Amino acid sequence: MSALSTTPRTSDNALDREAMARLVAEDIPAGAFVNLGIGQPTKVSNYLDPEHGVTLHTENGMLGMGPQAHDEDIDPDLINAGKIPVKETPGTSYFHHADSFAMMRGGHLDICVLGAFQVAQNGDLANWSTGAPGAIPAVGGAMDLAIGAKQTFVMMNLRSKDGTPKLVRECDFPLTGVGCVSRVYTDAAVFELADGVVHVRETFGIDAQDLARELDVDLQGPLDTEGTGNTSGAGTTTGTR
Amino acid sequence: MNFVTSAEEAVRGITDDSTVMIGGFGVAGQPVELIDALIDQGATGLTVVNNNAGNGDVGLARLIALGRVRKIICSFPRQSDSWHFDEKYRAGEIELEVVPQGNLAERIRAAGAGIGAFFTPTGYGTELAEGKETREIDGVHYVLEYPLRADFALTKAWTSDDVGNLTYRKTARNFGPIMAAASSHSTVQVSRRVSAGDMDPEAVATPGIYVDTVVNIPEASTKGQDS
Repeated sequence: MSALSTTPRTSDNALDREAMARLVAEDIPAGAFVNLGIGQPTKVSNYLDPEHGVTLHTENGMLGMGPQAHDEDIDPDLINAGKIPVKETPGTSYFHHADSFAMMRGGHLDICVLGAFQVAQNGDLANWSTGAPGAIPAVGGAMDLAIGAKQTFVMMNLRSKDGTPKLVRECDFPLTGVGCVSRVYTDAAVFELADGVVHVRETFGIDAQDLARELDVDLQGPLDTEGTGNTSGAGTTTGTR
Repeated sequence: MNFVTSAEEAVRGITDDSTVMIGGFGVAGQPVELIDALIDQGATGLTVVNNNAGNGDVGLARLIALGRVRKIICSFPRQSDSWHFDEKYRAGEIELEVVPQGNLAERIRAAGAGIGAFFTPTGYGTELAEGKETREIDGVHYVLEYPLRADFALTKAWTSDDVGNLTYRKTARNFGPIMAAASSHSTVQVSRRVSAGDMDPEAVATPGIYVDTVVNIPEASTKGQDS
């Protein structure tokens, strides 16, 4: 257990979306197989170092997904899970939907990065439904993505538009997955979730003690494990596969 | 397995109140001509299995708008342009079963593979697993899910040879192989036909044993004619 006062404040300002995406990208190990969720997590791909050989999975049935395709490069048979036209990379493979989700559910992907409405301190994720009365339920691959990869990272703003923290003791929104999130990247801090405790790895534009006053979660200082403490060396560690 | 010469002929046997799987994810792999032929054919009271619930005013959206779909089984019905489904759903005129996408795919696969049911971790502890049997196996919680069969499947592949072996193009493969296997009668529209022996046996993604009816509808506009 480490004190909150040991959490480094690594930026004077809160991170914008691009800086969050860059930070996530820097933490993805070389050689990893990764699924980036639709929306904000997709930005992470812009900051992946091509030298690190990270392979992107898109759940409609492709490994080795390249960047978005434009103009004459658009092929209607080549789209990602967000139905955006994309390009191949050398080494691309295609497979049917059941294989694609088996690959995910079977724990073969190293990291999945998702957006969230709420994350609870025990790792519960809510990102598919606000539970609003009369809303038409639509889940897509969210529940499969949440629990499938070896590690599930969330990228989100720490607070909703009305200022309410989205990192909570227990989710009020309908759950997507139980205890599945291991790390949360926000504009104000990076949190690591372990054994029901939230460890603040680093903060941006705020001190960890102030976060502790704002958030209704059990907050502690950084996890004392090698390789997760800061971002400077994480990008060059060897992948798990 | 037999070849027919028109989409109209390919869907002629689809009966009222049957379950129809329709392949495609977005436009990729969507059997557009077969769906249009089904609209003209008139079968009604259908249960449709698809990833979505129709987009815009054409294809599956039109089939729904015409009141021909009694129930839809899908993972993601609500989209910016799913207005025909939304209207029918809010009016209580269509039944909806939402299934997590991977469970949907695995249920379809299980039907074709003769699996009686399976335990999956996806959805455990969520409202989509409410009322379902669960089990803890080696410390992991699972939900029991049952196979999803269909009377008919309408899918799209890239090439068929004379015996119905199929290849697909890129992400258009999506639900094609598993829906063909999970249906009593699978109907496939392809963009090219080649002679038996002219398809690399190693490249076959759906062996012809799963295929009942093929119609060749060449499309001039599709890229990658050389692949």
